Amino acid sequence: MSQFLKTIKDALRDLLAIIIVVVFFQLVVLQQPFPEPTKILIGLVAVVLGLALFIQGLELSLFPLGENMAGALVRKGNLFWLLFFAFALGFGTTVAEPALIAVAKEAARISAMAGVIVDTEESQSSYALGLRLTVALSVGISLLVGVLRILKGWPIHYIIIGGYLVIVILTQFAPEGIIGVAYDSGGVTTSTITVPLVTALGIGLSTVIKGRNPMIDGFGLIAFASLFPIAFVLLYGMVA
Amino acid sequence: MPELLTTILMTFVATIRDIAPIALLLVFFQVIVLRERIAHLKRILVGFIYVVAGLALFLIGLDQALFPIGEIMATQLTDPVFITGAEAIEDLNASDIVDSAVATVQSIEWWQYYWVYIFAAAIGFSTTIAEPSLIAVAIKANEASGGALSPWGLRIAVAIGVAISIALGAFRIVTGTSLAYYMMAGYLIVIIQTMFAPKMIVPLAYDSGGVTTSTVTVPLVTALGLGLASTVPGRSPLIDGFGLIALASLFPMITVMAYAQISRMRAGS
Repeated sequence: MSQFLKTIKDALRDLLAIIIVVVFFQLVVLQQPFPEPTKILIGLVAVVLGLALFIQGLELSLFPLGENMAGALVRKGNLFWLLFFAFALGFGTTVAEPALIAVAKEAARISAMAGVIVDTEESQSSYALGLRLTVALSVGISLLVGVLRILKGWPIHYIIIGGYLVIVILTQFAPEGIIGVAYDSGGVTTSTITVPLVTALGIGLSTVIKGRNPMIDGFGLIAFASLFPIAFVLLYGMVA
Repeated sequence: MPELLTTILMTFVATIRDIAPIALLLVFFQVIVLRERIAHLKRILVGFIYVVAGLALFLIGLDQALFPIGEIMATQLTDPVFITGAEAIEDLNASDIVDSAVATVQSIEWWQYYWVYIFAAAIGFSTTIAEPSLIAVAIKANEASGGALSPWGLRIAVAIGVAISIALGAFRIVTGTSLAYYMMAGYLIVIIQTMFAPKMIVPLAYDSGGVTTSTVTVPLVTALGLGLASTVPGRSPLIDGFGLIALASLFPMITVMAYAQISRMRAGS
């Protein structure tokens, strides 16, 4: 119980900055009273409790799960299953992501307005589905390449900088309407549940495999998952 | 009240749907591929319930307490009436208001939006500090570095990066300069820093770019971007509203590497 109280205290401290900013701007800069203060207070209590519960749950479930999976898969010694796991984790968590569904729909609407695709219900929904699958596929490939990199010990900066160059070049040729969506799609792929699991997976792998350093080799999976989708979506915009 | 109940129910369903593919995948691998019993199964299940319930409560709370007021603030701060000072417009009689409002809007200089920039930086910083996925990465980075990298150091470095990028993004929307210039300059700094920063920090710095844009920051920042793009003359929400998130995943890389560089310099001297 005392552990939970400490987590609550930490959560309060994490949220203190937001509270200060909102109160300062509302009362000092805009000089307005708070609308529905009880609703805001109840909401704040929920936010603090929720954050505390989530952080406790991380240490109990997502962190150990990610690390145990990494260990078990390496012990099994089957490269196919390890890479398949990485791909499925990326694809599976992204394809049904509500934020991505929303972005894809919006992109289809913009493209239809701009005349890039035919302006019918049917072509819009198939464009949106194609975009969703493209992003999910690219996140799956990111994690697959990321895990392969940890196994082989490739230095990360060549891949990241190379990726940037590819994106810069593709941006010159991609249709105007897709660029904003492409840059945004990198951000929507990494949800609050995926990040801890993927981070634990990377750290777990680099701890189990000989000659790898958790700091140098363990991180980087998230970076790939936010970089690859940009390039893939730009390509999709040029092809579709 | 029934409205709130629906929200709560919907949020829980959405969170469970988020976690369902992960749970399925893990069960498939444990049972079919690895054929191993999961160690501490009971503890892990309890942890999963904590994660789902915690995230759902967190989102419901944000929805009730922070997002509505944050969005109203973003709209009010970007309102030309607030920026030029309300009295100037109230003095005129009704028929002139429309004309003078148009004239006022067009004569606003970029620096008059200073409260917008300050708000952008403050909200970027404070929401990043509270971002659950960043907390998770900071905990892991502290473990992986054997305690050398303090969780708060990393979180503050990332938060400063987000603060700079949101303020800069607001400035970009006001002035109407091209996003590409900012991105190219940022990438260039990242590449140069990569050559000189301590090797240990580089992968983590790259990761912190992707982590920042999650549950808390995105909705507020989007509201600010759309608010600005729809009130500044000559901007379109569709084209200029984008880009804040793109910048927010670029600058934390710079500040995290800078943090490591400064720490090393201080330790060296």
